[in-house]
Amino acid sequence: MSGGFLDLVPIWTGILGFGVFFYVLLDGFDLGVGILYGFAPDRDARNLVMNSIAPVWDGNETWLVLGGIGLLAAFPLAFAIVIPAVYFPILVMLLALACRGVAFEFRYRDSEHRTFWDHAFCYGSALATFAQGVVLGAFIQGFKTDGRAFTGGSLDCFTPFSLLTGVALLFGYGLLGAGWLILKTEGDLQDWARRHGRHCLIGVVAAIAAVSLWTPLIDPGIAHRWFAWPNIAFLSPVPVATALLTLWEWRSLDNRSEAAPFIGALLLFLMSYIGIAISLWPMIVPHTYTLWQAASAPSTQDFLLIGTAFLLPVILMYTGWSYWVFRGKVRADIGYH
Amino acid sequence: MALDPLFLSRLQFAWVIGWHILLPAFTIGLASFVAVLEGLHFFTGRAVYSRLTNFWLRIFAVSFGMGVVSGVIMPFQFGTNWSRYADATANVLSPLFAYEALTAFFLEASFLGVLLFGRSLVPRWAQLVAAVMIAAGTLFSSFWILAANSWMQTPAGYEIVDGRFFPKSWSAIVFNPSFPYRLGHTVVAFYVTTGFVVLGVAAYFLRRGRFTEDARTMFSMTLWLLTVLVPLQVLLGDLHGLNTLHYQPAKLAAIEARWETARHVPLTLFAIPDPAAETNRYAIDVPGLGSLILTHELDGEVRGLKSFPAADRPPVAIPFFAFRIMVGIGVLMLTLIVASWVLRARRRLYDTRWFQLACLGLAPAGFIAVLAGWTTTEVGRQPWTVYGLLRTADSVTPSLTGANVAVSLLCYAVLYLAIFPTGIALMARLVRRGPADPTAHEAAVEAGRPRQPVQAMPNAPRGDAP
Repeated sequence: MSGGFLDLVPIWTGILGFGVFFYVLLDGFDLGVGILYGFAPDRDARNLVMNSIAPVWDGNETWLVLGGIGLLAAFPLAFAIVIPAVYFPILVMLLALACRGVAFEFRYRDSEHRTFWDHAFCYGSALATFAQGVVLGAFIQGFKTDGRAFTGGSLDCFTPFSLLTGVALLFGYGLLGAGWLILKTEGDLQDWARRHGRHCLIGVVAAIAAVSLWTPLIDPGIAHRWFAWPNIAFLSPVPVATALLTLWEWRSLDNRSEAAPFIGALLLFLMSYIGIAISLWPMIVPHTYTLWQAASAPSTQDFLLIGTAFLLPVILMYTGWSYWVFRGKVRADIGYH
Repeated sequence: MALDPLFLSRLQFAWVIGWHILLPAFTIGLASFVAVLEGLHFFTGRAVYSRLTNFWLRIFAVSFGMGVVSGVIMPFQFGTNWSRYADATANVLSPLFAYEALTAFFLEASFLGVLLFGRSLVPRWAQLVAAVMIAAGTLFSSFWILAANSWMQTPAGYEIVDGRFFPKSWSAIVFNPSFPYRLGHTVVAFYVTTGFVVLGVAAYFLRRGRFTEDARTMFSMTLWLLTVLVPLQVLLGDLHGLNTLHYQPAKLAAIEARWETARHVPLTLFAIPDPAAETNRYAIDVPGLGSLILTHELDGEVRGLKSFPAADRPPVAIPFFAFRIMVGIGVLMLTLIVASWVLRARRRLYDTRWFQLACLGLAPAGFIAVLAGWTTTEVGRQPWTVYGLLRTADSVTPSLTGANVAVSLLCYAVLYLAIFPTGIALMARLVRRGPADPTAHEAAVEAGRPRQPVQAMPNAPRGDAP
């Protein structure tokens, strides 16, 4: 158990926080595009909508693997408690991700069942999103534990609150997806994306408001953190910025700006993410274990940090390059099929 | 045993990894093959390599997509069903899993997007780089995941504190005693598996007289490769066996169905192991050969299962038969390769009907051998998840009920039975279509994402006419 002299827990918290946020953004827009796919007017539109994410979806999903394994590596106790506690949402998420993932290829190759794979893509995306939202809600509420194990039932995670966060994430990813499509399409399809973006934004605002009011109510600790003096002074910029961002997002969905809706949605996610982090800090298993209590051995964190410090920037570079290759409006004539 | 969460969790893990392993078994070899073809096209400029690249890339895309979705499921299994294993081993194993994701998964996913969809957007050298990166990614992935698996078989470089493993030496953990053998044996197995698929596809075209130039190129290339790899695999398998004898004697005793510790043991070709009576029924033995093969000595000692407490013995029949299936397929493959040498020497390689038929028949053999080998090593490790240290029964998530796992297992069963047969059928359809000439009319339609998808998705195999 010999380790470095440095406390790596804050660094790993940062890396994992960054990884999970990156996942939420990347697979968020790509699942959101999948949700909106179900509302697309015709087959040409569906082809373009799917084409806009076909080259990048599996890279996006890889961040989920990194998030899961990163949690195992940095905070194994949290992994061993949280994942069993959300057994069924994780199951649903994995099944749904599999259905929508294979739909990219199968839809083109298996034309007799195209409608079936269209549905698999759209409902798979929606169900995976909802399940992730349930995981988030259950996580915020905390779990029944004894020692190093989860002791509750596998259905405990389904509560009114977690169902609300599930629905909230549907609107959130939908908004990200609409932002992406506005960026990648033009003409009628872009107008269509703007319209759905506005619908999603209304849902997002309602969801953020409901979650922000509900969280302090279920947990006095969270209420104290936000509303006690002087915290309220330091933390009030978060809700204020969120409100201003919402206005900006609404306006940019309405006017002709192409990148602003996506950036606005991204920043709204960032504010929500910061809000949750403020509420839960420094717990990684809410109410039970802190980041430090759940951390892996210092030598484990050392060994992994050496490689990660080098590999993560490289990954970001070539991921960035692969996005750059596909920059600009999505075209009907790319592809290899 | 009504709905035992432990048993059902094991079944579930076997189910999801059994399907998943078929994809790396195919994509690791195929990624390298595509990179080689892309390289040959880049340096020689011959059209046949370009056609073959495109042909195999389409098939690679389908299998890789299935590999991604079934692969995402894997790490979560450790949390959902094996949380005590995860908690106990995370300090040692999690960095290996994490390095797999960091070195391999991102590399494969990002560059595959460029290779498949960016052909008109990036220069040709960038396509070659992308193909090489994907191939490298698949190999990095094997390195880390097999390091982790090998550590579970032959743990090293750890200490145990309060029932959890802590790292002491990372080089000892990664390069644990069985790792070099397992890595070599598995990666070669994956290349051989892909090789036999390519060989089978080439034989299919040769038999029908379609795409003859492309088929001959594949046929010859692959037979040269297999000429090296199949004998090498026999050698690696033998070395792996010696390693198992030394580090996992109970597993080896189960593989060979040896009950008594003895010298000069026979090789049991066939038997029905009877664990209750601790003996074999209907055994067909070759005297003395067991010691020679297993220990490389005529009177080498082989430990029997009776020398292990009953609670520490693996099941016998499953590793025993699985191992024989694997070796049997290996013998068939070796025979085929030897036949290919004779035919090549007589210049009858491309037009011998029975040989083409044999190649066609052995096309899926590698997958069966991989599954059989995997079953041998994983069931042979029982009743442990970390050999000799952490029992499978102590690894399962404590909060799970049998009903929970029954539901999830049923869901995974339905999902995989929907996805995998569809994927395999679609790949078979791509094979039947064959490597189309990029200048042909169909290809022009293909090049664009379908505006009229039905036209662009010909269902009937083309080019069947003589």
